[in-house]
Parts: sequence; C-alpha cells; structure tokens
Amino acid sequence: MLSPDSIAQIDYEIAKYPVNQRQSAVMSALRIAQVEKGWLSTETMDFVADYLGMPAIAVYEVATFYNMYNTAPLGRHKITLCTNISCALMGAPEIAEHLKEKLGCGFGETSEDNRFTLKEGECMGACGDAPLCMINNHRMEGFLTPEKVDSILEELK
Amino acid sequence: MVIKGGEVIFNTVHLPESWKLSTYVANGGYAALRKILSEKTSAETIIAEVKKSALRGRGGAGFPTGLKWSFMPRHFDGDKYLVCNSDEGEPGTFKDRDIMQLNPHALIEGMAIAAYTLGTRRGYNYIHGEIWETYERMEAAVEEAKAAGFLGDNICGTDFSFHLFNHHGYGAYICGEETALLESIEGKKGQPRFKPPFPASFGLYGKPTTINNTETFASIPYIIREGGQKFLELGKPNNGGTKLFSVSGHVNRPGNFEVPMGTPFAELLEMAGGIRDGHTFKACIPGGSSTPVLPAEIMMQCTMDYDSIAKAGSALGAGSVIIMDETVCMVKALERLSYFYFEESCGQCTPCREGTGWLYRVIHRIEHGQGRPEDLDLLSDVAHNIGGRTICGLGDAAAMPVQAMLKHYRHEFEHHIEHGKCMV
Amino acid sequence: MLEIEIDGNKIQMTAGGTIMEAAAQIGIYIPHFCYHKKLSIAANCRMCLVQVEKAAKPLPACATPITDGMKVFTKSDYAVKAQKGVMEFLLINHPLDCPICDQGGECSLQDLAVGYGGSSSRYQEAKRVVKEKDLGPLVATDMTRCIHCTRCVRFGQEIAGIMEMGQVGRGEHSEIMPFISKTIDSELSGNIIDLCPVGALTSKPFRYTARSWELSRRKSVSPHDGLGSNLIVQVKDSRVMRVLPLENEAVNECWLSDKDRFAYEGLNSEQRLSRPMLKQDGKWLEVDWQTALEYVANGLKQIREQHGADSIGALATSHQTVEELYLLQKLMRGLGTGNVDSRLAQADFRLDASLQGAPWLGMAVADISKLQRVLVIGSTLRNDHPLLAHRLRQAVKHGAQLNLVNPVDDDLLTKLANKAIVAPQAMVNTLAQIALALAEATQTELPAAIKAVLADVTVGAAARAIAASLTGAERRAVFLGNLAQHHPQYADLHSLAEVIARLAGANFGCLGESANSVGAYIAGAVPSKSGLKAGMNAAAMMATPRKAYLLLGAEPELDCNDPAAAMHALQSADMVVAMSAYKHSALEYADVLLPIAPFSETSGTFISTEGRVQSFNGTVKPLGETRPAWKVLRVLGTMLGVKGFDYDTSEAVRQDALGSNGLAAGVLNNSLSGPVLQSAAITDTLTRVGEVPMYQADAIVRRAASLHSTRAAALPNASMHSALLARLGLADGAMVTVRQGEARAVVRALADDHLPDHCVRLAAAHPLTATLGAMLGEVSVERA
Ligand SMILES: Cc1cc2nc3c(=O)[nH]c(=O)nc-3n(C[C@H](O)[C@H](O)[C@H](O)COP(=O)(O)O)c2cc1C
Ligand code: SF4
Ligand code: FES
Repeated sequence: MLSPDSIAQIDYEIAKYPVNQRQSAVMSALRIAQVEKGWLSTETMDFVADYLGMPAIAVYEVATFYNMYNTAPLGRHKITLCTNISCALMGAPEIAEHLKEKLGCGFGETSEDNRFTLKEGECMGACGDAPLCMINNHRMEGFLTPEKVDSILEELK
Repeated sequence: MVIKGGEVIFNTVHLPESWKLSTYVANGGYAALRKILSEKTSAETIIAEVKKSALRGRGGAGFPTGLKWSFMPRHFDGDKYLVCNSDEGEPGTFKDRDIMQLNPHALIEGMAIAAYTLGTRRGYNYIHGEIWETYERMEAAVEEAKAAGFLGDNICGTDFSFHLFNHHGYGAYICGEETALLESIEGKKGQPRFKPPFPASFGLYGKPTTINNTETFASIPYIIREGGQKFLELGKPNNGGTKLFSVSGHVNRPGNFEVPMGTPFAELLEMAGGIRDGHTFKACIPGGSSTPVLPAEIMMQCTMDYDSIAKAGSALGAGSVIIMDETVCMVKALERLSYFYFEESCGQCTPCREGTGWLYRVIHRIEHGQGRPEDLDLLSDVAHNIGGRTICGLGDAAAMPVQAMLKHYRHEFEHHIEHGKCMV
Repeated sequence: MLEIEIDGNKIQMTAGGTIMEAAAQIGIYIPHFCYHKKLSIAANCRMCLVQVEKAAKPLPACATPITDGMKVFTKSDYAVKAQKGVMEFLLINHPLDCPICDQGGECSLQDLAVGYGGSSSRYQEAKRVVKEKDLGPLVATDMTRCIHCTRCVRFGQEIAGIMEMGQVGRGEHSEIMPFISKTIDSELSGNIIDLCPVGALTSKPFRYTARSWELSRRKSVSPHDGLGSNLIVQVKDSRVMRVLPLENEAVNECWLSDKDRFAYEGLNSEQRLSRPMLKQDGKWLEVDWQTALEYVANGLKQIREQHGADSIGALATSHQTVEELYLLQKLMRGLGTGNVDSRLAQADFRLDASLQGAPWLGMAVADISKLQRVLVIGSTLRNDHPLLAHRLRQAVKHGAQLNLVNPVDDDLLTKLANKAIVAPQAMVNTLAQIALALAEATQTELPAAIKAVLADVTVGAAARAIAASLTGAERRAVFLGNLAQHHPQYADLHSLAEVIARLAGANFGCLGESANSVGAYIAGAVPSKSGLKAGMNAAAMMATPRKAYLLLGAEPELDCNDPAAAMHALQSADMVVAMSAYKHSALEYADVLLPIAPFSETSGTFISTEGRVQSFNGTVKPLGETRPAWKVLRVLGTMLGVKGFDYDTSEAVRQDALGSNGLAAGVLNNSLSGPVLQSAAITDTLTRVGEVPMYQADAIVRRAASLHSTRAAALPNASMHSALLARLGLADGAMVTVRQGEARAVVRALADDHLPDHCVRLAAAHPLTATLGAMLGEVSVERA
C-alpha cells in the first residue's frame, strides 16, 4: 500500500512515542502517506488505521479535522494563500484576485489543466512576511507580489 | 522581515548560522544546563529562581511560569511529560517560528532544564503545521543536541536523561490550546478537554504534564545562567525580562523585536519603521487577533507589558502587534477575524460551534450592505452568550474582538447598516 | 464527606462527585444533553450551566467537581440566562421539523425548548443541512437534527467496545458519521437510538409507523438470551410496535442488545400461525381448536395404548415459559413417560446422573464487571451474550484479565490476557492442561480418577499462562459458553472446568443459552430431574425414534444439535404435534399445528441465567385464534385424563412449579457428584465448528426481517485455515459440499487463518445448513 520508504518514515515517527501509543503517530503517518499518494483515499486511511491499530473512523476524524490533509484528489500543486488579518492588511486580497485570474479557478477549486488547486488558508504563523502562501504544505513563500506569484507559477509548471 | 536582537533569546541572531549548536555553545549556550547538572541544583532552587525572574508565560495568558512549575507533582511514580507549545497560530503571532529557526538550542536547553527541574524524562515540542521548514530545522537541532550529549540518556555524563521529540501539527489553530494540543499528540482530533483536571495532574496520556510556550522555555537558560534577578531587571516588576514582539500590518518594517518589557509602544512602532508612509495610525490589536482592538490614541499611551496593556482594556497576549492605518474598514477587519474563529472552532461545545458561525454571518451581512439596525445588539448579545460558556478559551477569543470593535468603532458599523457601504 | 448546597438544599457527598450527580441525588433536575450516567463526561452541550457562588463564569454541572461548602444555584436568573443562551444556540441550526420527526414526544430538545427556548428565533441566517448517512438496516438518520452531543460516539468507544461513529470535520461543519460508506454493525447498535437526545438517530424498523404518544407501554422480559433483559414493549392496536429497555441496573442496566430490541418484528411475521391446522390426506386444513385438540388427545391415547407411554417424546425449547414447560413435563409424566427435554442443542448428556442442580451463571450478572480474572470456555460471546460480553469488557477496562479457550478467535472488542484457540476436539485437552498447571501452581493433588485420565497430557505455554492468570487477584470466574454446552464432550469439559474453578478459587458458571434454560431445569422439562420420572434425553429421542412427538416451540430442524437425526426421527413418527407460533418446516413432518402465543401474548415466567425469576404479563392480545401454551396444555391434560390440570391462572401453574418462597437453596448448582471424565486425547478428525448465528437462536428472531438484513445475518460459509484448504485442494471462495454422514450441504469455502487447523467453521441453526448433522460433529469437505 505505501512504499517501504514511507513505512520507514512512519516507523521513525512511531518510535517517538511510548510503546503503547502508536496512535500518536497518526498525524505524521497521514502526512507521509499524503506526500506519497497526493491525497488520502479511503484505502490509504484504512491502511494507516490498520498499521497503527486504531479504528478507521478515528483516522478519518483526524484527517478531516486538520486543514492540511487532502481528503479528495486535487491538482498537481496545492497553493494555500493566507488571507487572515495581517496578510489581508498587506494585500492578500489582491494576490487572491491575481491567483484566481491566472488559474481560472476560485478558492477550493482546481485549475482546468489540473495543475493547481487553490485554497484559502488561515494564519500560518509568519505574518511578518505577509502576504504569503504555502505550496504543497511544506514550502512557504512570503512577501508575495503579483510578479512573484507569476514566477512561482512558472517554476511549478 | 526585520529581526531585532536583544539580550535573552535573539542574542545571537546577527551571527552567521545562529541556529548551529556550535554558535550557541560559543555564546554561552548549554552552560546553564551544565551548571545545574554538575552542581546538582535542587528543583526548589531552580523554581525559586524562575519565580524571582517574574517570567510570565509567553503563550498568551501570561501565567507566572515559576508558579506553574510548582504545580507539577514532585514525587510521582510513573511517567510525567514536558510539552512545548510551538503551535503558534494566533493571527499576528510569528515569534516562535523565528526562535526555532534562529536559536533552536535555546528552546532545547530551556526544555532540558525544565525537565530536570520537573523530573520528566520525555518531552514533546508541538510545532505549527504550516511551518514545515522550521520543523525540519528543529529536527536537525534535536539531532545535534543528542549527538553532543545534551539530550538523551545520561546527559553531560550525569544520570539525568531527557528525550525530546518534535511533533508536527497539520493545520488547526485550536491545537495551540494546551489540552487540544495534548489530544493532538495522542493522535486524536485537537478538541480541548474540560478543566479541571488540569494538565499538571492529568496531561499527556493522562499523566502529569507541564506545558509552556516556546518563548517561555527559550527564556529559561538566561534566567539560570544570569540569575532571576537580572532577568527581572531587564523588564519591570511583575513583568520580568525582554519579550519578543511580532509587529505586522501597516508598518514600514514588519518583524520580530526583542525589547525589554515596559518599552513604550511608540518606541516599538518606531523600530518597525513607523506607520507605512503617507498613512496615519488608526488602530492596533496589541496581543494577537483575540485581544481587544485599541484605538491609536490609547495605544500610543501604552508601554509594552502585561499591566499597561491590560489597564488600557486589552491584553498583551503573545505580543503580537497588528497595526492598522486609516484605510482599514473595521467592519471588514472584524468580518475576517470572525471568519477565522468560525473556521477554527473545533466544533465540540455548543456556544462556540453554533455561535461563531452566527457572529460571522451577521457581520458578513453587515459588511455586504445587508445589516439591520437590531444587528449590533444581537452581535453583542451573541458574543456575550459565547464568552465564558465554552470548554476552552476559543469562545472568549471569538467574542472579545466583537465586543471591542463595537465598543470603539460602533459608528463604523452603524454607517454600514445605514448606508449599506463603508465609511473609509 | 463534603457538604454542598444546591438551590438551598444541603447535601453531603463523597469527594469526586459532580454537581450533576449531587443534584440528581436530591431530585433536582438540571437540563442536559451530552451528560449520560453510563458514559464519560464530555461537557460539550453546555446545557447544564449553573451558577456557582464565587465562580466567575457559569459552570457545567456535569463536569464540575463538588468542593466543600460549594453553593450552587440551578434556577437563578444567572443560571437560566446561561441555559437559555445555550438553548438558543442549539436551535439555530436545528430543523424545526418536529411534526415529522420520530423523536417527537420523546425528544429532550423539544421538551427543554419549551422551558428554555425563545418563542421566535433571532437567527435569520441560512440553516445548516447535513447529508444523510446510511448506518445499515437498524438505525435511521436525520443528521441535520444532530446536536453534536457525541453520546453515540462515546457509546461506541466506551460500551460497545468499537468506535464505529465519529465526529468528522471541524466546527459548525463537523458531522457525526461512520467511516466513509461503513455501516454500524455492533450487536449493541440500537442503544444509540435511545442515547440520541434528538431525532438524529431513530429506529429504522419503527420509522414512521406510529407517534410515541399513541403507544402504550407494557413491561416485559426478553425471551431471547439467558440474561433476561427487562423490556418495555410498546403497543398500538394490539400490535407490538417497538421494544425499548426497561432500566434495571442488576440485569441489562439501560441497554438492550439489538436482538432484544429488534426481534419483535418476528412477532408480526407473515409466518405467524393463527389457527389450528390438521393434515388430512396429505393436505393442511384449518380447523377449530376443539377438532385439533381432540385429534391430538385421541392420537396420543392410541399410541400409548399400542406402543406404551415411552413411545411418546416431548421436545421443547428453553425459550418457553416455566409454566408451559412445567405443564408439558407434567403431561408427559402423567401419561407415564419421562421422555421430555428442552436441551435440544446439547449433544452429550453423560452429566445428567451427576449434575447436582440446574446449571446457572454461578453468580450475579452485576458482579461480572467486578471480576478480576476470568476464563471463558467455548463461547461465541458477543453473539450469544451481547450484554454479558459488555460486562466483561467493563471488567477488563477496570483491569481484569480475560482468558479464552475457544475454537474461534472472534474479536471480543477488548483485551484478552491469554487465549488458547484450539479445534473442538482439542478443547478437553486444553482444559486438562490448565487444570494440571493449576494443580502444580497451587500444589494441590488432583483426585486419582482425574489424574489417571490426564496422565498423557503435557502442559503448554498458553495453558500455563492462563493458569497463572487465574491464580492472581481476588474475584475470579470460569464460564462455560454455549459452544461448550453443545460439545460432544460436554461432560469432560464441564468436569474439568469445575476442577479448574475449584483449584483457582473461582466462581464456576454456565452461561445460560436461552431465556429460560435455568427455568426449564427447575420446571422439570429435562428427563433427569431428581424426584421425577426419568426418561430419554433429546438426543436419545432422536437416535431411537419415538412413535409420537409433542413439540413445544421447537423447530427441530434448527434447534437440534443434529438436525439430520431429528428430521429422520420426526419423519418416521406416526404423529407429530407442533405447538408453535409459526408455520415452520413442521408443515413437512407434523400432523397437527397448534398456534401458541409467543411471550408477548401470554403471561409467564423466565428464570434467567443468574437465577432471577421474572414473571410478566401478555402485552397484546393473542393473534387470531392463538392461545397461550399453558392453556393449551391444560386442556390437553384434562382431555387425556391426567390429574392436576385444573389451573385457573398461569400464576397457579407457577405456584406449583416454583413454590411461593422463591427458589430453594441448592436448586441452582453446577457441581457434579463426581467428575465425568473419559479422555483427554486429541483426535485429528476434521470437525465442524457449528455455532448458532446470533439471529437464528430462537423462533422469533429467525423471523425478524431487519435483523436479517444486517451483516451478522450473512449466509453461512465454511471457513477454514488456508493450510486445510490447501490440503483439501480447495480454492478460497470455491463452492464446496460439506458432508456429515449422509447429510450434506453446499456452501462457499473461505480461508480464515485465525482458525485452528482440523476444523471447519460452518454455522448451525441456519436454513442453509439445516440438512447437516451435529453442530460439532465430524465433517468432510469436497469441491461441489
Ligand atoms: C484558542 C487558544 C489558542 C492558543 N494558542 C496558543 C499558541 O498558539 N501558542 C501558545 O503558546 N499558547 C497558546 N494558547 C495558550 C495555551 O493554552 C497555554 O496557556 C500556553 O501554551 C501555556 O504556556 P505559557 O504558560 O508558557 O504561556 C492558546 C490558548 C487558546 C485558548
Ligand atoms: S470553545 Fe470552541 S474550540 Fe474551544 S472546545 Fe468549545 S468548540 Fe472547541
Ligand atoms: S450535560 Fe453538561 S455540558 Fe452537556
């Protein structure tokens, strides 16, 4: 179901917790699974549940509670734009408009060419770099301007 | 982003590769830990020192750290845990990220000292989901510290052992609330627990647990190295030390500034380059999105410490200063904040789950020109029915901005309702 | 002791209690939704906010611990304002569809809204709409009505032992649901209907059939498993519409198994027999009672005259009442024979001579959750005793060690300390090992007779671990389950279990298979009760066919241990009289069908597995010309000229059967006068593990349609270890012919590596396997 490399990463996370607390690794396990598979399908969540010895519904609860898990298929790249207060003050609405226009889709949608999914994000704890966005969950880009957005989109093609 | 160093936490940020163990050690790092280990300093002595420093929790509530540590059961058979709250997600707050990014070993040493003091052998550092690069930096720092014998078994050759692990969040503001954070480490949804029992008696995996904010822990090495008195004197009575202030919004140079407690707000604003050019200062949210907004006039009179800001009718919170100039429509600002709490409510308790959506929808309606005259009373009543009636502080956090905005900027809301559009 | 004051009333309580509990003690009701005395405290609904002196905020009564000198106000303006605030929040997203909601009239939200809700809503925004979830055939959903109290979620985690429901998503958008496209399959699932304080979870079978206020509520007792759950039977127009739990802490607490709750559908089944029927010239005719009874009486008289009284046999199920069983055996013995038995699924009767009393649980049901060390032998526990399984889970939760000796390794939804999963033919040996290990551990000398039989037994690691577990702690018990009781070496198992219990200082109990297993013994519906005329047991009556059979509630094709033998015997008889509530396969082999009342249509008594005598009244009128069986037997007795059948009431029958001072001491007794132990050798014949499926255990539940749409009612398969499949040259999933002597059935073979080798798990008591032989008999399997 998951690659040996992913399993090894999950095992590394499991080892962080006391022996009878494998469930503690569920967030990492889902993250690792998502990096490998792109999104969390029912089968993937079932696998994680089995692997950690927890009820499938409890895995699903976690996967739907935290914003950064994708429980539905999405475009090749996910761009999550923070629109919270500090970013909003620093021009996030304009960046949002620019992104929507460039990608031809709104928040929560995927561009027609399936290359990008655009999401609205909440505060990412980096307001000093506002406005900013997260790319595929693990890369942050701050001080966004329409020009910078263009070059990021170009790079991600 | 500007980063201004100070004496306690950002003392090395100007150095190249300030995050490296070598840089940290070269500048007095891990000396405090070595000292207490070699001198077998008693826990009482350390707690007394922390109490003397008047260090107050930097996570937002400002609870005296020494006092919190004294709640941890001393003689307890079985596991106890130490947890660091690096789930910084309150809009306007971005200091813990820089601490971990630029001086991770201050946090690690602070946690090791706390672990020694509280008798815990295992600790977790819960890191905000959206800052993956910082998580990787912390993972590397922990490895470095382990390799150098500052973490793991038999630290510095003594019989003290402490194992520290990073736990990465994945996008839920509520996990900053300490019991939600514990649930999250346990592999569940981050839904806060009802208190009592408090974490000191029933914490992680049901065991006694002490939780502090990143900045709180990162202040500890200085206090142990230089003494509580010196830390206290950096700031002012009841407000010891320096504090990191995250300044964002309409300033010329947003960033993190480590300044003594009690620094006049005007000075801090100056450091951040002042209000962006050509604009005037309208309002400030002084401690993160959940603290009440203060008009510029009031803010300019404040010094940056718990007591002064509280007196002005708001809270220092996490030291997250959001500056707004005259272009800001307060209805729109509140709409965005209310959306945040609506979006981030964990959904567990009724007033917050149902009330935050109600607040947001009414404000959204007003902002979109469909307000009704009775809406303002309704808003304050709904906010009142949320505040103080929820399991955790998110309910209060959602209610407070509404009440403060209505208090200081009611006329803007009335204008919106009457004219269906903005006055700014 | 702490003293607190609530609304001016002082009350003393031990530390650790909450305001809610203190208030309940003095009869003060604090409104609440999420709080439930059997579930963990969630404090999420916030309806129970009260004012506490010196507290800065209103506090939830359910979660706030009391402190000495605390002053609480539950009805002050301050408290009521907080409660009303919460009520307003609960209602803003709740649909106001009370007129079409099944919860109407029994809805906590509706009730409290009258007291705490506003008359009009200040909420003018769009309401939340939540998509329906398919939870399976038993529980209907209207999730838009859900108030997120999480009772159903906590029930799964804490009581059912399996988390099937969760709160998915976050905030206002969160939804209570099972995992994507999964249904709720717990055997206790129906309880979430009771727990749900609003109409989000309702009964699917009951849906839209009646409004709660049209129903009359009658107390009754479950006729299914040995627990004897207390019921509220709800009735409309002489029809049972719904069954709910009647709270009884000592028995079922506030729970019901799904079987107890939904089996009532079988009472209204199309297959109900409503008029007496006679077979004449191969054709069934409906006749009046007089004709039918005369036919029976004459037939029995004739057969007795021609072949002697012992040529007549009576078979009953122990789902019948004490009164019925008592009269049946009285009739038989009055006719001059002791051929009467109610242990149809039993195979081995060697114990009959040495058993000292009626086999029973050996302890109180309520004390099961306090046990610390338990050994369960041969039981499909969750199927057969859903709520006893729950009690055991509670025990484990409190630290008990549960040990199991069983041929199947089904998930008991709790932690097992040790288990020996062995084929049926190895069970005696396993018990022998445990007995030896215990003798060693306790340095006790086993009686010579036992030692001789166990000479060749070598103690293995699992047995040793179980023995070690059983010597720990204080409160211990050893239980024999249904499978053990159906086992061809039941006598050996029982003997060894008794030895084990004695060595371990443990309670020794038999888990009563059906509602009246204990009562049947006491009523004398066994051929071996001391003081009564002895006769043939059920197996003997099948093995050496009788000329006439009286069947009381029995469906031998499903109820008997060896249906093939039973069918052979019945088909060769001169006369078979079937007293039944249903037209069942008796149509093929009987001569007379007499419609008798199920438990809901007669008064009677069941004695539960813990020896609790529970009498009940009928809840509805008998259907059509159906009559209570005790009345039918009364008439028959009189017609046959047997003395002592002039009863006026069922109470009078009970009085005769049980006396008036409750059960006499020693009546309930699992002990043997001496062990009946033949051999502990293990054979390697291929053996069938034929358990009774949950919803095939009695005549009523067999006809409960909704239960038969559940996963638990799936068609039986022949499961076996993949090594065995390979040896037999069979593919996983292939159709196979299973043979037991002449008998055969065609089913699907499935690999199940949790099963031990040398056995085939294939359910009994199912129409698909009713053509087969003994439940735990030898089988052969080949490609179909
Ligand atoms: C809704 C909510 C969000 C919070 N978020 C954070 C946070 O992001 N970081 C943090 O340190 N504390 C946060 N807190 C405060 C913590 O619950 C806790 O008080 C703090 O971690 C204690 O550390 P300290 O004593 O060092 O401040 C939050 C509290 C609430 C109610
Ligand atoms: S106040 Fe909000 S976030 Fe806190 S427990 Fe209640 S629903 Fe969850
Ligand atoms: S009953 Fe107390 S909060 Fe729900």
